[in-house]
Amino acid sequence: MTLEGRVWKFGDNIDTDVIIPAPYLVTTDMVELGKHCMEGVDALFAEKVSPGDIIVAGTNFGCGSSREHAPMALKGAGISCVIAEGFARIFFRNAFNMGLAIFESPGIVQGIQEGDQVSVDQDTGEIIDHTNGKRFLANPIPPFMQELIEVGGLMSHVMSKRRT
Amino acid sequence: MPQTITEKILAAHAGRETVAPGELINVRIDMALANDITAPIAIDLFEKSRVESVFDPEKIALVPDHFVPNKDIRSAVQVQAMRTFARKYHIKHFFELGEMGIEHVLLPEKGLVLPGDVVIGADSHTCTYGALGSFATGVGSTDIAAAMITGEAWFRVPESIKFIYHGRLGKWVSGKDLILYTIGDIGVDGATYRAMEFTGDVIKDLTMAGRMTMANMAIEAGAKSGIIAPDEVTLDYIKPRAKRSFESYASDPDAAYADVRTYDVSNIEPQVAFPFLPENTRGISAVGTVPIDQAVIGSCTNGRIEDLRVAASVLKDRAIDKNVRLIIVPATPAVYRQAMAEGLLEIFLAAKGIVSPPTCGPCLGGFMGVLGPGERAVSTTNRNFVGRMGHTTSEVYLANPAVAAASAILGRIGSPEEL
Ligand code: SF4
Repeated sequence: MTLEGRVWKFGDNIDTDVIIPAPYLVTTDMVELGKHCMEGVDALFAEKVSPGDIIVAGTNFGCGSSREHAPMALKGAGISCVIAEGFARIFFRNAFNMGLAIFESPGIVQGIQEGDQVSVDQDTGEIIDHTNGKRFLANPIPPFMQELIEVGGLMSHVMSKRRT
Repeated sequence: MPQTITEKILAAHAGRETVAPGELINVRIDMALANDITAPIAIDLFEKSRVESVFDPEKIALVPDHFVPNKDIRSAVQVQAMRTFARKYHIKHFFELGEMGIEHVLLPEKGLVLPGDVVIGADSHTCTYGALGSFATGVGSTDIAAAMITGEAWFRVPESIKFIYHGRLGKWVSGKDLILYTIGDIGVDGATYRAMEFTGDVIKDLTMAGRMTMANMAIEAGAKSGIIAPDEVTLDYIKPRAKRSFESYASDPDAAYADVRTYDVSNIEPQVAFPFLPENTRGISAVGTVPIDQAVIGSCTNGRIEDLRVAASVLKDRAIDKNVRLIIVPATPAVYRQAMAEGLLEIFLAAKGIVSPPTCGPCLGGFMGVLGPGERAVSTTNRNFVGRMGHTTSEVYLANPAVAAASAILGRIGSPEEL
């Protein structure tokens, strides 16, 4: 499957407090969380973003708390995937468990500008910037995590194992 | 094959002789934790699975601490969901107001996490329990939902980094300063996906409180876990609390590490982490003039009785600056009562501070001391991200309890030595 959208760029160490500030953690509704997505760095982000848009960020994306509300808010805002130089570990884990597509691609921040039209082939990990013609490759996803995505996240995985 | 303490604990819980970094394993868990922010998602998922019972009602801890006492209707609804779930599935360790405290201070205090355990928590500071010699790590709500069904969790076995601390700590230098100094050295992603193993004579001399402060902030360097091998200090703390058997592990002397870092800490000063990352550390003498509006002493990092004693020793017979609000949050009811018995609350109130009931409250900008635009706080908590304690233009400076107390008196960030 290919994901395609316009790029919003952020720096290093984007933490979960700016992805979804704590005062909004009084709900588990994805759409509602999405309305406050990235509010800590850009108060108008949720208004500007369109469904399918892609976030490109630096190292340690998603550092900080374990709140699953962070990947939920990104999904709720319509973000199709996050491509970063690197992810913090709990965010990485949560994204897979929740089914938010994320790709690690060292060097990506240099090669892609905000506003570029970018597509990602989920199967091959190929990233194409259609605005400047550059191509990148995402790090391969570990097989177990690939399996998680294929069955639709951790809960489906657990339930399918229980049935066998 | 020589193994680290982390590898030994994981192997034992995977039913294996040994495990190697990079391997994906399924482990049995001894405790699964969630709070009023993360439990509602896990509960939803659990209920949707239509499983009829949890794997073990004694191995789940539900602690409503973040927005409790309920700060508004929506947070009340979240706690209601926990309470209903706890009753329905006979969850033994649900903590109602009055018994509730900040999860990472409460669980060790109650003897619910022990050496050699594997603990997962839907809270990033679950790594705190590594101070007891357990493998403890933060996960998401989905992991907790799955664990409540299976009693298991999947992990990639982490590589370990060994930190060795030598020397003698200065008068106002504590576990908080050691960990801030370390994060300042390796950076906020310096230990990503790895286990931080804290060792050396300085660690041997640290109290359990100081050790828990250090393991607590392992996540602030991106680590999966922090760990300290159990010794007499650990066992003195654990033995009166443990209600089940446990096992102490230690790393083999020839175990393999991704990195070994040695620090001589005799000359380090109390550390202050400037906004907006815990790695922006400076020694207290290099802080300059930073006026503050608020000082917070509390949290899972520094809300233990030892921390309140240090703060009280600085605040005794003194009053805070008239431009500063001082908020002290004993982390659990037991800490609160002990502080009361020792006369510490009297000292705080006489200094014109306020004492909050146990809660996370101000630490995550929830309630009980939220910062307005442009306001500055010195805080004994663990995160100083943009907007962490309130408005996105407010600023948080992380420090130890002695520095926070002294700063409240001085009206700017400063050392107890200046008083
Ligand atoms: S005190 Fe702060 S860091 Fe600790 S669990 Fe509560 S919100 Fe999280």
